Amino acid sequence: MINSFDDTPKQAAELQAALDELKDVPGPLMKALQKAQDIYGWLPAPVQNKIAEYFDVPLEEIYGIATFYSQFNLNPNGKHKIGVCLGTACYVKGSGDILNALEQKLKISAGNTTQDRNFTLEATRCIGCCGLAPVLTVNGEVYGKLTVDDVDKLLSKYTD
Amino acid sequence: MLERAHILVCGGTGCTSGNSNKIYSEFQTRLKEQGLESEVKLIMTGCFGLCARGPIVVVYPEGTFYQHVKVEDVNEIVCEHILKGRPVERLLHSEKEEDGSLKAINETAFYKRQKRVVLRNCGIINPESIDEYLAYDGYKAYEKVVTQMTPQGVIDEIKKSGLRGRGGGGFSTGMKWQFAHDSVSDIKYVVCNADEGDPGAFMDRSLLEGDPHAVIEAMMIAGYAIGAKQGYIYVRAEYPIAVQRLEIAIGQAREYGILGKNIMGLGHDFDIELRLGAGAFVCGEETALLNSTEGKRGEPRQRPPFPAVKGLFEKPTLINNVETYGNITQIILNGADWFASMGTEKSKGTKVFALGGKINNTGLVEIPMGTTLRTIIEEIGGGIPNGKKFKAAQTGGPSGGCIPAELIDTKIDYDNLIAIGSMMGSGGLIVMDEDNCMVDIAKFFLEFTVDESCGKCTPCRIGNKRLYEMLDSVTKGTATMEDLDKMEQLCYYIKENSLCGLGQTAPNPVLSTLKYFRDEYVEHVKNKRCPAGVCKALVSFKIDPALCIGCTKCKRNCPVNAISGEIKQPHVIDASKCIKCGACLQGCPKNAIVR
Repeated sequence: MINSFDDTPKQAAELQAALDELKDVPGPLMKALQKAQDIYGWLPAPVQNKIAEYFDVPLEEIYGIATFYSQFNLNPNGKHKIGVCLGTACYVKGSGDILNALEQKLKISAGNTTQDRNFTLEATRCIGCCGLAPVLTVNGEVYGKLTVDDVDKLLSKYTD
Repeated sequence: MLERAHILVCGGTGCTSGNSNKIYSEFQTRLKEQGLESEVKLIMTGCFGLCARGPIVVVYPEGTFYQHVKVEDVNEIVCEHILKGRPVERLLHSEKEEDGSLKAINETAFYKRQKRVVLRNCGIINPESIDEYLAYDGYKAYEKVVTQMTPQGVIDEIKKSGLRGRGGGGFSTGMKWQFAHDSVSDIKYVVCNADEGDPGAFMDRSLLEGDPHAVIEAMMIAGYAIGAKQGYIYVRAEYPIAVQRLEIAIGQAREYGILGKNIMGLGHDFDIELRLGAGAFVCGEETALLNSTEGKRGEPRQRPPFPAVKGLFEKPTLINNVETYGNITQIILNGADWFASMGTEKSKGTKVFALGGKINNTGLVEIPMGTTLRTIIEEIGGGIPNGKKFKAAQTGGPSGGCIPAELIDTKIDYDNLIAIGSMMGSGGLIVMDEDNCMVDIAKFFLEFTVDESCGKCTPCRIGNKRLYEMLDSVTKGTATMEDLDKMEQLCYYIKENSLCGLGQTAPNPVLSTLKYFRDEYVEHVKNKRCPAGVCKALVSFKIDPALCIGCTKCKRNCPVNAISGEIKQPHVIDASKCIKCGACLQGCPKNAIVR
């Protein structure tokens, strides 16, 4: 999936100011990426390009740093993170169906983020509350004993 | 004006997760309501150490120690204790003397055997106020070295103290300073390694959160001693409270003329910049940390040249760990002899441990080197919960090893730990009981290392992956006895050939469990049995019909309907349906379910 990226003038100005501030700082690249991620929430390719040009380093160096550290996101994350447990206990109790239902409703496959960036959907390993199976988490909060019918209600809770 | 009472609310990460911020603001509201805000001073402090009992509130002058405080309890503390002078009994962390009177907090089991040198100000002062640090002899050590000592004099004092690096390796701190001092260069750097990444270790975080100025002052002293004017603190981004308090502390120090040019008018310049990590364990290794501080990929460098010769931005660099810096001001103020009077022959001073796992008093403890493991676990730690038996303690995180129960009287210092196949590491101490499977523990740490290996050198990148797969086959009962020998060989190969400390120590958890718990490995391999009942592939659940009362609880808990039976009749588990999740175990009132 290609992540669409719309740079608002405000964000572009913020990034420019952040880069100008780092102009004379030794070893500025990680700081620049951290700032950029604060502004955009992730590191879109055009932003990486802009940083590379500003500091006159090859784009591959920027990309190398961005992929080395686990905290840099190369894909946008949604406002709410849904993790559906696909551990054995949950799976036999139908968590696969719940995941399917979520994929259909949100129109994305697991591991991706909705167009409006409201939800990121992920399949997770056992989270250790098998007694509540099937479970999913939203932003770390656990919902248990779910059925496919609960999906709509759950999503509406996190949709503005 | 002088306040008649001080209320200290713990603002460490543990207590903050327990809502201590709200407790603090509730105190503000309630004190105001009672018109007490000018009489009583409210302070947010660093960590008290006894995290298991958090959130913690302490009221002075009495030193009353309240535990498990909730927002709803605040009004009662204000109305009863502050207004009427009657401590709220039900919240007290109390141990009674023989005559029934309350023990002073320093006399309780958790605090009695501790000696707080590094953590001296944690839980005492407000870490966001430089004035409080100054009131506790803050920046006096720096003033002393600049006005009364030569750089070499400072280094000699540190050498004489016998201080060794607290980050894990245990190299002589004085020698490290000497090497950086002796390197000739117009520009040198002082770096603080605050990339504490071991699972279960949080000593450095607590010090940065509770007393950030102590680290700043020590770096200034180091700067004077080796001839550096610029310092960097590399702190992991996962520690937001520590980052925020460091930012405040650095800002205040600059405002007071304590950081910057011509400090205190004494002619020495020094400034500090914060650099944040971005989630890579390997950056705790000093050369990887230097690369990351330079804004690059955090891959380790070949040594030599050592950082003291060619470090940050190719200049001579001194790198010490947070806790190491935490000792410096006290050595300068109290003298090397005072410091060397604590500890053992070759390990001086104290060590902070993050006590975790199967232990009653989880939290942060600081003890003189040479304290036995038994004292730490049985006295300070308050023993193992639920009457279980102590099996082993793990020190040094993914680089360390296990200390088995038969070595519980080992005196903890650098050399003793190495001698028994573990290491001090940064100070995580995880306690395990009979319910822990040692193969599973080794596998847990290996999984961590495999995940965090930077991939630069082959022995670490591929060797550890293969080692993990072998461990995995042991936990699944598919390994052979020959595999155990191969595993051991591979461990030594990885240790000898890896580029940096991460790879060189990664096999340690495997080697030490193989050494002390080989029979457990053999049991997995030969009899396809996990004695602790942890490795799921080897476990089967059964209900003891003699104990089962037919309450149906397990039947209702079972997520896959594998349990059948009538009310008040013994139930049975259908092994072909059972997924071994253990949900049935938790509910059973009669402990009738056996693994």
